[in-house]
Amino acid sequence: MNFRRLILIGVPYGWLLALFLVPFAIVLKISLSDYAVSIPPYTPTLDLSEGWAGFQDFLSKLDFDTFKFLTTDSLYWKSYLSSLQIAVISTFFTLLVGFPIAYGMARAPEEWRATLMMLVILPFWTSFLIRVYSWMGILGREGYLNSLLLSMGIIDEPLVILNTNIAVYIGIVYTYLPFMILPIYATLDKLDVSLLEAAEDLGCTRTSAFWLVTAPLSRPGVIAGSFLVFIPALGEFVIPSLLGGSGTLMIGKVLWEEFSSNRDWPVASAVAVILLLILIIPIILFQKNQQKQAEADQ
Amino acid sequence: MKKNLLPLAAALAVTAAAASAEEVRVYNWSDYIDEDLLTQFEEETGIDLIYDVFDSNEVLETKMLAGGSGYDVVVPSGTFLQRQIQAGAFQPLDFAALPNAGNLWDAIKERTAQYDPGNAYAINYMWGTTGIGVNVGKVTELLGPDAPIGSLALIFDPANMEKLASCGVHLLDAPAEVIPAALAYIGEDPNSHDPDVLAKAEEVLMGVRGYVQKFHSSEYINALANGEICVAFGWSGDILQARDRAAEAENGIEIAYNAPSEGALMWFDMMAIPVDAPNPAGAHVFLNFIMDAQNMAAASNYVYYANGNLASQEFLIEDVIGDTAIYPDAATLENLYTTTPYDAGVQRVVTRMWTRIKSGT
Repeated sequence: MNFRRLILIGVPYGWLLALFLVPFAIVLKISLSDYAVSIPPYTPTLDLSEGWAGFQDFLSKLDFDTFKFLTTDSLYWKSYLSSLQIAVISTFFTLLVGFPIAYGMARAPEEWRATLMMLVILPFWTSFLIRVYSWMGILGREGYLNSLLLSMGIIDEPLVILNTNIAVYIGIVYTYLPFMILPIYATLDKLDVSLLEAAEDLGCTRTSAFWLVTAPLSRPGVIAGSFLVFIPALGEFVIPSLLGGSGTLMIGKVLWEEFSSNRDWPVASAVAVILLLILIIPIILFQKNQQKQAEADQ
Repeated sequence: MKKNLLPLAAALAVTAAAASAEEVRVYNWSDYIDEDLLTQFEEETGIDLIYDVFDSNEVLETKMLAGGSGYDVVVPSGTFLQRQIQAGAFQPLDFAALPNAGNLWDAIKERTAQYDPGNAYAINYMWGTTGIGVNVGKVTELLGPDAPIGSLALIFDPANMEKLASCGVHLLDAPAEVIPAALAYIGEDPNSHDPDVLAKAEEVLMGVRGYVQKFHSSEYINALANGEICVAFGWSGDILQARDRAAEAENGIEIAYNAPSEGALMWFDMMAIPVDAPNPAGAHVFLNFIMDAQNMAAASNYVYYANGNLASQEFLIEDVIGDTAIYPDAATLENLYTTTPYDAGVQRVVTRMWTRIKSGT
């Protein structure tokens, strides 16, 4: 193996090591420690000055108490389940809204596409927080949506949307929509239109050509987009805390509460480790799918 | 203990980088000072002041316990201060560099000594009580002229809350303040750390949670002022701000604040210097500036909270010093209680209880 190749392989692995594995090892280490009134607020801390003996001593003090604790209270698994549910439902709706937009973009005349792409990315130019706060103004009791519906006579009583799970779904779908649109657009854009013509020549209606040709060929984009939405939505914290109500259970909120209200960094870390383990399953599925795709392409 | 908007706002605050000798970095509660004082400090001392704000004790504590916050002066509340002192987060004050410390008020120092023995690590900035703000017109309309607006029965008796629910009730989203109040209401020790006693507070709160429109620690200021809600359990100065906003708007809404007759929590926001402060000398200059009688009076006159500075009282406007909601009379003062921090195990019980009270899960 020559030097250049080594560097080429080394860069992504170095990145993974420095920005994923090392931080994960630190979080895992904290999750095995115990709460303490100190800086940092847990014990034991690793003291490298004592060398190997110090390291062994440190290892012997670690235990799995925090993980055992998580099984004693239904709050945790209920929050994980509720997060999964919110993430699945919002991914579904993001797909439902995102696919037609991506499809429309890919079918639009060539000269429009750059502008349309720009419009999809444009919201990113505004701070994410400001965009979520605007939804509070739209969805509130005295918000724009309610005043519009009231003035049109569609409803008599203001709808209660803000501080419910519906507001959380709206927030997630809105925020993550570009992550769904862009990968789907990328696959649809590459789609060979002559395949569709061939399908129609062979007797397909436009609808069945869509389901038999376009839909299967856009699958990689749909899968990539769904994961790009599902994974961050599962651990989402900002949207449920701003738009959700006190009844919205999400693991991101539980994690924050452990970290700041209970000041229990070890339990907070254990919650984070389990969240990661839950995320690894879809990530592995995603990888397998990508591999299969690559093999099929060959 | 002023505001509890959201932890996120802190993430927006400018992150502190390495400080040079000419800079002092202060981290205080939002809307908690007359900003003219900040420019005055820079002009008088020639030190650049970098002033960041936070909105919950938890955000501050997370920074303190992680270490390396980069701030020279921070403002935790009493119970949080006590725990952070135990964790070794602060350095003892050098009183030789604080000639204005003589202005401090012994009556307050006696009380803050329970969080900071000997007042060695912190000075009091502001203090206040946690009590009930009511829209007098609406509440008397719903409950009659004898409505118990000065009693915790107003918010903890389901019979009252059932009627008030239609006009809106907010409670602070702060378990360490609402749970002691519920204990005071049923005649238990508000400072109890016994899980069995705390469970009685949960029963009280479970009885009224359905009538509470929202648990939130800052929205009630505006909501009270513009008539969206008619009762709030909140911090004294915030409710007085609501009263003044309503008066300015001339919307016919009359807001009154009462420290509950069953006893009210008295809290203290304390200025302290982190152990790893980049510029401790500058921090002392800032503390000394704040303890100047006229400067402290200017701050109180602006935010409507009482301070722990006896010498400042002659410079306070009548609206502040003459208001028993801000500076309680001797009888009310007798009726105020303080709390001590929960240890880790009890804190967990309390946080879990609070989740159940708010979400039913």
